[in-house]
Amino acid sequence: MSNLLNVSASPHVRSQVTTRTIMRDVAIALLPAAAFGVFNFGMKALITIVTCVAASVLSEYIYEKLLGKPITTSDYSAVVTGLLLAMNLPSSAPVWMSLIGSVFAIIVVKQLFGGLGQNFMNPALAARCFLLISFTGRMTDFAVDGMTGPTPLAALKAGESVDVAKMFLGTTQGTIGETSAVFLLIGAAYLFVRKVISFRIPCAYLAAFAVFALIFGGRGFDMNYLAAQLFGGGLMLGAFFMATDYVTSPITPMGQIVFGVVLGILTGIFRIFGGSAEGVSYAIIFSNLLVPLIEKVTIPTPFGIRKETGHAK
Amino acid sequence: MNKCVERLYNGIIRENPTFVLMLGMCPTLAVTVSGMNGLGMGLTTTAVLVLSNAMISLLRKVIPDKVRIPAFIVVVASFVTIVQFLLEAYIPALNDALGLYIPLIVVNCIILGRAESYASKNGVILSIFDGLGMGLGFTIGLTAIGIVREIIGSGKLFGFGLLPASYEPATIFVLAPGAFFVLALLTALQNVFKAPSATNVPAGEGIACGGNCGNCSGTACAANHGILEAERAAKKAEALKKAKAAAEAKAKAAAEAKAAKEAAEGKEE
Repeated sequence: MSNLLNVSASPHVRSQVTTRTIMRDVAIALLPAAAFGVFNFGMKALITIVTCVAASVLSEYIYEKLLGKPITTSDYSAVVTGLLLAMNLPSSAPVWMSLIGSVFAIIVVKQLFGGLGQNFMNPALAARCFLLISFTGRMTDFAVDGMTGPTPLAALKAGESVDVAKMFLGTTQGTIGETSAVFLLIGAAYLFVRKVISFRIPCAYLAAFAVFALIFGGRGFDMNYLAAQLFGGGLMLGAFFMATDYVTSPITPMGQIVFGVVLGILTGIFRIFGGSAEGVSYAIIFSNLLVPLIEKVTIPTPFGIRKETGHAK
Repeated sequence: MNKCVERLYNGIIRENPTFVLMLGMCPTLAVTVSGMNGLGMGLTTTAVLVLSNAMISLLRKVIPDKVRIPAFIVVVASFVTIVQFLLEAYIPALNDALGLYIPLIVVNCIILGRAESYASKNGVILSIFDGLGMGLGFTIGLTAIGIVREIIGSGKLFGFGLLPASYEPATIFVLAPGAFFVLALLTALQNVFKAPSATNVPAGEGIACGGNCGNCSGTACAANHGILEAERAAKKAEALKKAKAAAEAKAKAAAEAKAAKEAAEGKEE
């Protein structure tokens, strides 16, 4: 039938933005940092990344096939989950650990709760925490080619000085995707340009964390310390790519700012007062659980309704 | 004696407190880090359950109905204290492993539940066997969960190395989250096999999802949906039947009235 004579119900104008395009953009934005991870840590990092992505997509496909659900592997969400998980693993992680993490992320955290859009916490981070608690030794083993060294954050916590320029570039120890602040920022810039993420969550997160670190860090107004805290660990990766996950972050604008501030304070508490040097992943999955509450108290007032009473007049 | 065996069967299989009634979840989740702990907790609870059931059954005609719950608690608490001192004296290792959860047996809902629903209404012998059955059912449940968590979480079985040394234990399974994983998996399996449990009420008595579509998914959803549809259809058919009957009655009444009117008119003419 000719388009001119085609009669259909509204809406007639549809946005080009779909889950598929958003997830594809996120995957593209993650690529620079992932590529740098491979450059920094060698072939083992590449193997981990490929294993995680393949296992995530495959477990999603098999689960949906077995349960007779529509197959959603083509929307790239499993690819993003796998990629994020791989970037959160140390390069020395064995293949079986990547497999367990991917299956846990997709099946337990995502699919058991109803698939994409229903998961109450970030699958990749939940899997990271699952692995971190289960195999603590392996998850904190950042040896590369037999060379071991503390992560910048661990060194910072021990009171040693760190090279901030190196941390910004990313030639330091850490998980595959978290070391390079500059490549993560390039990816984040791409997401901002494509309007996939807004400035609210990352900026509120980083600002709140910076203020917290300045007040409670115990180093006074030391810019070097602050920069090291901001560029160190998973903060950049978490703030731009994982805290902004559509499913597990608030949809109200005010709520996003509250979410970011909560994240910043929690990360600060975990990093400065906690037992380990890093706290971004726990802060994010903890805040994911608060999202329904945050959304409940930050419902925006619709146009035409008086703010004081909250009732239509 | 047959009734006593029936009580044991009821406690261990038909109304197993862990798997079917899903009672006493607090100790189930907290102490099952190993098979040994599960067994110890289960047997301790069994001892308390048998003693308190016997005592409450003996006192059932003395305890006034209005203050029965405090009275039960006093009886249970006394026995728990006795058992705790015994454990401290003779099995200090188990006492240390279970720690706080021994005094917490006082508020275990299985014990209060059996006192309320069985021991306060039945004779001493039967109550003892009821306590024994329920206690053993609880022990089996705790030990089973403990064994699974111990094997996955530390690669051991009752403290002995079971899996090869190359197996890397997933420590999370002996921590709190592991308890929830194992219990959830168990419940999921029960639902899949439609085994009776508190979360899986057999069809006819009600639906597991409670008729709320947000609560279920997958194959269970289709089954529940079918039940709901059938129920709705039955209700509709009944309503239709009623409406039809009402309409018929109305039509009959109208016809009668008409006939009467006509008859009256005929008379007038």
